[in-house]
Amino acid sequence: MGFFLETLFGGLMVGMLYSLIAIGFVLIYKASGVFNFAQGAMVLFAALAMARFSEWFPLWFGFQSQILANILAFIAAMAVMIVVAWLIERLALSKLVNQEGITLLMATLGIAYFLDGVGQTIFGNDIYKIDVGMPKEPLMVLQNTFQGGLLLSQEDLIAALVAAGLVVVLAIFFQKTATGRALRAVADDHQAAQSIGIPLKRIWVIVWSVAGFSALVAGIIWGSKLGVQFSLSLVALKALPVVILGGLTSIPGAIIGGLLIGVGEKLSEIYLGPMFGGGIEIWFAYVLALVFLLVRPQGLFGEKIIDRV
Amino acid sequence: MKLKSLALTAALVASTLGALLAPSLAQAQAKEQFFPLLVYRTGPYAPNGTPWANGKQDYIKLVNATGGINGVKISYEECETGYATDKGVECYERLKGRPGVALFDPQATGITFALTDKVPTDKIPLITLGYGLAASQDGGVFKWNFPLMGSYWTAADILIQHIGKTEGGMDKLKGKKIALVYHDSPFGKEPIPLLQERAKQNGFELSLIPVTAPGVEQKSAWLQVRQQRPDFVLLWGWGVMNSTALKEAVATGYPREKMYGVWWAGAEPDVKDVGANAKGYHALALNTSGTQPKVIQDILKQVHEKGQGTGPKDEVGSVLYTRGVIIQMLTVEAVKRAQERFGKGKVMTGEQVRWGMENLALDQKKLDALGFSGVMRPVSTSCQDHMGSTWARVHTWDGAKWGDMSDWYQADEQIIKPMVKTAADKYAGEKKLTRREAADCQS
Amino acid sequence: MFYRENGQFKSSYRADQQIFPIAQDRLAILVLLLVAFVVVPLGVSDYWMRAILTPFLILSLAALGLNILVGYCGQISLGTGAFMAVGAYAAYNFQVRIDGMPLIASLLLGGLCATVIGVLFGIPSLRIKGLYLAVATLAAQFFTDWAFLRIQWFTNNSSSGSVSVAGLNVFGVPIESPAQKYLFCLIFVSVFALLAKNLVRSAIGREWMAMRDMDVAAAVIGIRPVYAELTAFAVSSFIVGVAGALWGFVHLGAWEPAAFSIDRSFQLLFMVIIGGLGSIMGSFFGAAFIVLLPLLLNQLPGWLGFSISTALASHLETMIFGALIVFFLIVEPHGLARLWSTAKEKLRLWPFPH
Repeated sequence: MGFFLETLFGGLMVGMLYSLIAIGFVLIYKASGVFNFAQGAMVLFAALAMARFSEWFPLWFGFQSQILANILAFIAAMAVMIVVAWLIERLALSKLVNQEGITLLMATLGIAYFLDGVGQTIFGNDIYKIDVGMPKEPLMVLQNTFQGGLLLSQEDLIAALVAAGLVVVLAIFFQKTATGRALRAVADDHQAAQSIGIPLKRIWVIVWSVAGFSALVAGIIWGSKLGVQFSLSLVALKALPVVILGGLTSIPGAIIGGLLIGVGEKLSEIYLGPMFGGGIEIWFAYVLALVFLLVRPQGLFGEKIIDRV
Repeated sequence: MKLKSLALTAALVASTLGALLAPSLAQAQAKEQFFPLLVYRTGPYAPNGTPWANGKQDYIKLVNATGGINGVKISYEECETGYATDKGVECYERLKGRPGVALFDPQATGITFALTDKVPTDKIPLITLGYGLAASQDGGVFKWNFPLMGSYWTAADILIQHIGKTEGGMDKLKGKKIALVYHDSPFGKEPIPLLQERAKQNGFELSLIPVTAPGVEQKSAWLQVRQQRPDFVLLWGWGVMNSTALKEAVATGYPREKMYGVWWAGAEPDVKDVGANAKGYHALALNTSGTQPKVIQDILKQVHEKGQGTGPKDEVGSVLYTRGVIIQMLTVEAVKRAQERFGKGKVMTGEQVRWGMENLALDQKKLDALGFSGVMRPVSTSCQDHMGSTWARVHTWDGAKWGDMSDWYQADEQIIKPMVKTAADKYAGEKKLTRREAADCQS
Repeated sequence: MFYRENGQFKSSYRADQQIFPIAQDRLAILVLLLVAFVVVPLGVSDYWMRAILTPFLILSLAALGLNILVGYCGQISLGTGAFMAVGAYAAYNFQVRIDGMPLIASLLLGGLCATVIGVLFGIPSLRIKGLYLAVATLAAQFFTDWAFLRIQWFTNNSSSGSVSVAGLNVFGVPIESPAQKYLFCLIFVSVFALLAKNLVRSAIGREWMAMRDMDVAAAVIGIRPVYAELTAFAVSSFIVGVAGALWGFVHLGAWEPAAFSIDRSFQLLFMVIIGGLGSIMGSFFGAAFIVLLPLLLNQLPGWLGFSISTALASHLETMIFGALIVFFLIVEPHGLARLWSTAKEKLRLWPFPH
């Protein structure tokens, strides 16, 4: 029983980590209707920027404090992501307005390849460290109820809290600020928003920057956990089932979807995996999402697709 | 009108084709020995592939700076494979036709499997030091493969021997649980038959935990380790999988002292950013590391100080860098040996280099003369034995560097030899090959 | 001037309905086939045939299959690599387990197995649409990745997980040399291209296009959605499966599941989009673009005379590839086929402006 609970907790927390990445997808889809396949590359790029800047700034500016390095690196990385967002909007998206979904999807794939190449050219191919002071040792709880206690990863717990915090921040941003309202208006109907004077281009840059911000946060968390290297962009593939399960247009959906996929993945790998020889978690997540989609074809919280004839 | 347009179109097409018709390079008499270098400096395996490639290139530069191979200069060209089999085959096809090509080091087990089928036709040997097909130790079937200094079977065997020794005897292994956390690819799966055989003989329970390539997410694997609570974990990973495995081991509280990695999971990139948290992790050491050995000093002096170094200077002497140097040294020695028979100071063909590889006799004296004393053990190959040496040690990470070398172990021939022969015979049966005749050993 | 239809009158329905109604088109195709079948094997170097033309042919066949699904029927599929893998491994099993199995039969049976799997993974398409379907097809991709790695039976219990075929021959004629492999693939591609072209011009093709454009309206006028969508998946997977079998048998010789990974699926989707959705010709253009581009990028530093590290070269290749994709989609979102048809239309009028 104890181990089952450990697996459950582990799954829930990993799920929150997936939602960190999924939020980026949802943000962009909601506001511009583009399925951003480059989100994984953005996570990698942001993480590389953060890791390398936090390494280079102490050398360039001659100070020792890790905390100062991290703060400066965070600001620099955020600035870089805003520049990236602006460039993507300017060079790619504005030229592809009104194209079909699949064309935009391919364009974001092209952007993903480009970001991968640029990131590694500028920042390098090695494994880099992000040290934000996350505790690496596990925490043992409920020592009285279960023999030896239940294993809880402190790092994952903090990451889950960060993800929840991010959602709260985004929710406040969308609901309470004027820009957030403008974003929601654009997500609802581009033409109507334009007609009341909302500057579409600027909104898109803001959306991609916010997505870049969530990519940076996700990159820091995942990078701190796994080390920053090219393979980090592959984690995005694990976050895709979360996006479609939760619905492409819903941030709470990304969270709930993340929790479901995380738990499903871990439980299936531990309990079903040995029957099949192991390694089943990645396709299990997708199959799980597929099954949910059969019941609700637009995801759990997504907007219903209305076909007009 | 129709005829005219037909003639016009035909002429247009013919002229375009004339441009396409790449004039096949006449096989120029090679002036230099060509070493194609298949590398991966990008992708999830780059952190480990890069020092390996740098070691190889630096040694070539050293040889060129000190007179070449009996006067024959070495030329080389890198080709990026990204550890992908199809890119590796592509690189092979592109470079195999170069004049003076000596041999190939695929740097990947998957690529080795693909090339093993092609090299007998193309007559170019493959060196697969410490990796590749375990069965290719049998030179009677695998004429063109050279898994020098060890394969995954010898590696697994030595690890089990070492664990047995630390427990106080091989009989103490009975009833213990050993888990293999492996990269889900031909590389990771290769040691399984030997471990199963050893489990039968020594009475321990083997559990297999695959990690989907490239091994960036391992939470489930390590939760399973926690569930099974094995006494020991063998880590068979490459690239990012290794550091991720150690990080997950920390996160699930599995003692690193009970973890043993293969020689491809025991280098600096694997433990550097886990740092002190990986203290106590053991791994196989096929070679020593450090900047003491004479050959490393020579490289620093003759290559790096002249600004010719391939990689960063602080990488020189690291575990994988040194292994790359060893691989290149063995290939150069094979060419030298071939020159002894086929013409000193001449460029060797692939077949001649193969003979050289099959007749390597590097005893301690020769190794000392080359500057490798203390780095590796003597290597001596033969027609039937393409491995040359089955010795390795175990080293431990102390949080800052690798050290605490164990004694030398030799893989147990009693177990491995029959397995190799069975596997080689099976391969020969599948591919409809026959074992080599004794006379063939002289060629 | 050259491309006029003046004087070309059709006197039978059959002549009117042919694939190339204009005589110049027929001539061009004849010359192309002549060049492809006769001139290339005799004149072009082995390296070109082995490393460029054969993969181009096989990938254009796969792109053809994918185009039927994505371009003609409008179902985005990201799992094409999976169907190629099924075709390859199924053909392998047929070839290896049954003694004396003819090669062509193995390849076609491999395609049939891919059809079954394709229809299975196509069933969700009846309910799920658009981008949700695209991501759901990744389930097929990852499932087959895992299945061919884990289930020993598929790889004939090979301990390493990689399989290989050797000694290919068709009724005694060996398929060993680059020229023979090239011709073998060319025959397959020509036959399948003809079949596909006729299929998309027929009633079932029109049903697919109706489903793509407006599936509700199509259902209203009596087209059965189940039949249309599942046949699209079936035909597409068959062609992709045969292409996968060819890829494994003829081009690679020995392969492991990673040869049909998600990168392959993306690559094929790129070919289809760049080449032109809903166009048979487009699949070939797209395949040529995607096959030749990395080679060009690889050789470019050498031609321009400076050498760069392989890592940088590899990254530059990725960057330029990505940038070119985006550039292309901006310039011509309907693909190379649209450029081609625009060119032909201008040629019809040349030298007159309109």
